[in-house]
Amino acid sequence: MPATAPYRDQFADYASNGGGEGPSWLPALRKEAFERFTTLGFPTTRDEDWHFTSVTPIAERTFKTVKAAPTTLTVSDIAPYLVDPSWHRLVFVNGRLEPSLSQFTELPADLQLSTLSEALREEPEWMEKHLGSLAAFDKAAFTALNTAFVQDGVVVRVPKSEEIDAPIHILHLVDGKADGAALHPRLLVVAEPLSRVVLVESFIGIGQPSYLVNGVAEVVVGNGARVDHYKVQRESRDAFHVGTTQVTQGRDSIYHSFSYAAGAALSRTNVYTKLAGEGGEARLNGLYVLDGSQHADHQTFVEHLAESCASRELYAGILDGSSHGVFNGKVYVDPIAQKTDGKQTNKALLLSPQARVDTKPQLEIFADDVKCTHGATIGRMDEAALFYLRSRGIGAENAKSLLTYAFAAEALETIEIDALRIALERYVFERFTNTTLE
Amino acid sequence: MLKIKDLHASAGDKEILKGISLTVNAGEVHAIMGPNGSGKSTLAQVIAGHPGFDVTSGTIEYEGQDLLEMDAEIRAQAGVFLAFQYPVEIPGVTNAYFLRAAYNELRKARGEEEADPIEFLDIMEEKLKLVEMDTTMMQRSVNAGFSGGEKKRNEILQMAVLAPKLAVLDETDSGLDIDALRIVAGGVNTLKRPDNATIVVTHYQRLLNYIVPDHVHVLAGGRIVKSGGKELALELEAKGYDWLLEPAGV
Repeated sequence: MPATAPYRDQFADYASNGGGEGPSWLPALRKEAFERFTTLGFPTTRDEDWHFTSVTPIAERTFKTVKAAPTTLTVSDIAPYLVDPSWHRLVFVNGRLEPSLSQFTELPADLQLSTLSEALREEPEWMEKHLGSLAAFDKAAFTALNTAFVQDGVVVRVPKSEEIDAPIHILHLVDGKADGAALHPRLLVVAEPLSRVVLVESFIGIGQPSYLVNGVAEVVVGNGARVDHYKVQRESRDAFHVGTTQVTQGRDSIYHSFSYAAGAALSRTNVYTKLAGEGGEARLNGLYVLDGSQHADHQTFVEHLAESCASRELYAGILDGSSHGVFNGKVYVDPIAQKTDGKQTNKALLLSPQARVDTKPQLEIFADDVKCTHGATIGRMDEAALFYLRSRGIGAENAKSLLTYAFAAEALETIEIDALRIALERYVFERFTNTTLE
Repeated sequence: MLKIKDLHASAGDKEILKGISLTVNAGEVHAIMGPNGSGKSTLAQVIAGHPGFDVTSGTIEYEGQDLLEMDAEIRAQAGVFLAFQYPVEIPGVTNAYFLRAAYNELRKARGEEEADPIEFLDIMEEKLKLVEMDTTMMQRSVNAGFSGGEKKRNEILQMAVLAPKLAVLDETDSGLDIDALRIVAGGVNTLKRPDNATIVVTHYQRLLNYIVPDHVHVLAGGRIVKSGGKELALELEAKGYDWLLEPAGV
C-alpha cells in the first residue's frame, strides 16, 4: 500500500518524539494501530462501506504532522464560531489546546473535563480501560491512523447522577499555519449512570488552508444517562474531514446526535451506536449543505442488541452545483432485540441538474417482533410551492431560497439548544439567500 | 381594469380555454360559474401567471399593461391576487415570515419602505381579526397541518395584507362549513373598495349569497356560454347547468 508508506517515517519520528510518552500501554496501542493502518491501507471504493466515496484525494497526498506552536488568534477572532460565548469551551487551534481562548471555570467540581494528555498523566488506569475500548480499528483504517497519531483531545467524565445542562463546546480551529497537516483529535466521553451532558463539537477552517482532520470520538452512555452530541463541520473548502463517533448505550439511556456538514472538499461522518441495554433510545439526525464540487458522506450504524430500544434517524441534504452527497444508514436488529422500534428517514433536495445523491438504507433484522421503517426521498424544488410564493410577489430567486431554507428546517428543528439551532438556521439561510435572518 | 380578449390556453397539448373574452371594471364583482372541468380554475391560474399553462392566443390587458408579459411575482406586485383553491403547505416557513416577505416585496415594488417585524405585527393584528384568526397562527408554518377552513381563511388573510386591486378567488367556498364561509365572505366584503375588483370562481351559488356579484358568467367547455346579472346564479341553482350546455354544444 504505497499510500501509507510515507507515514512510516512520520510514525517513527513521532514515536521517538512525544508519541512515545504516556503510560506504558500507550506506545504499544499506537504501534498496534499504526501496523493495522499500514495493513489495511486507505479504503477504496471496492470496500462496501466506501462504495460511493473515493478517498484518493486524501490517499495520494502525504499530510505532515503539525508543529505545535501557540496561536496568535484572539477571542475576538474566534467570536464568530462560539455560538454562545457563555458556554464552557475548550479551544484547540491547529490541534493544540489554547487555554487563553478556552473557558472552563465554574464547572461542577465533580465533573472531570480535561485534555487527553492530562487524563493520561493523572488517570492512566482509567484511561487504559476506556481509550480505544469502543473505537475498534481492526477494520477501520482512519480510526487506526487516529489512534497511532493522536496528539490531543478531550476527556469528559460525568459522575453518576450529575446533570449538566450548559453545553460544553469543543472547538477545533485550523488556520493557514496547519496548511498541509493532518490532525487527529480525540474525544472520550463517559456519562455515568443517570447523568446528563450536552456536547457541541465544532470543526472550523479559518481561511482556505488544505489539511486533513481525522477525528475519533468514543461515547459511553451509562444506564439512564443522556448525552446530546452536536457536531458542526465547517472545515475549509480545501480541507478533508473524516470523523467517527462510536457510542455504546446502557439501559434506558438516550444518545442524541446531530451532524451539520457544510465545509470541506470531502467529508465522511460516521455515527455508530450500540443499543446494549433495554429501553435505550438513539436519535441520530443531520443536515448537510453542499455546493461546488463538495462531497459529503454520512454513515450511520445502529445496532439494536437489547429489547425495547428505539432508534430515530432524520438526515437531510441540500445539494447545489456538482456536489455529491451520500447517506448510508445501517440498522442491525439482533435476535434478542424484540420490540425494536426503528425509523430512518433520509431526504435530499437537488438544486442543480449536476448535483447527485446516493442513498443506501441497510436493514438487517433478525428478531420477529419489531417495527422498522426507512424512507428516502430525493427531489427537486416543489413547483407548486414556488408558484404559490411567486403569486404573492416574492421573486423566483427569493422563493427558491426560502424553500431551500424551509427544507432544512425539519432537520434543524431536532436541535434542542436554541442558540445552536438559530446559528445553524442563519448559516443555511445566509448561504442560500445572500441576506441575513433577523 | 381587466380586459381578456379571445383567450386560448392549454396545458401540454390539451386546449382548456377556447376563446374567453371578459371585461372587469373597478368596483365590480364578477362570478365565474360552471361545471367541473369547464376551465374555471385554469382561467384563474392563467390570470395569476401559472407557468404550467401556455397561452396560445388572445390577450389580457390589466390596467393598460400586457399582463401576459409579466411574471407571476410582477403581477402580484402590480396588484393581482389569486386565492388558491388548494393553498400550498410550506413546512419550515412561518406564516409571519411569509406574509411579511410578501408584504415587503409589494412595498418595495411601489417604492415604499419595508416594514420591520414590529411594525408588521401591528398591521397583522387588525387583519387577523378580520378573518377571526388567532395570533398563534402566525408562528405556524404556512398552511402546514391547517384544516380546510383555516387554509381558506389564511388565503383571505393574505389578501387583506396584500390589498390587491384585482382579487381572483378560486373555489374559495369549497370545503367550507357555514361559519367558515361567513368569515371568508365577510373578509372579502370588508376588503371591497370602489377602486378594486373581485372575480369569484365557484361551482355553487351558495357563496354568492354572501358575496353578491354584479355580473355572472357561465363557463363551459372553455368558453363563456352565458352572462347575466346576479339572478343568473339563482337560475343555475334551480336548474343546474345542463340547459346551458347542450345549446352551447358542450
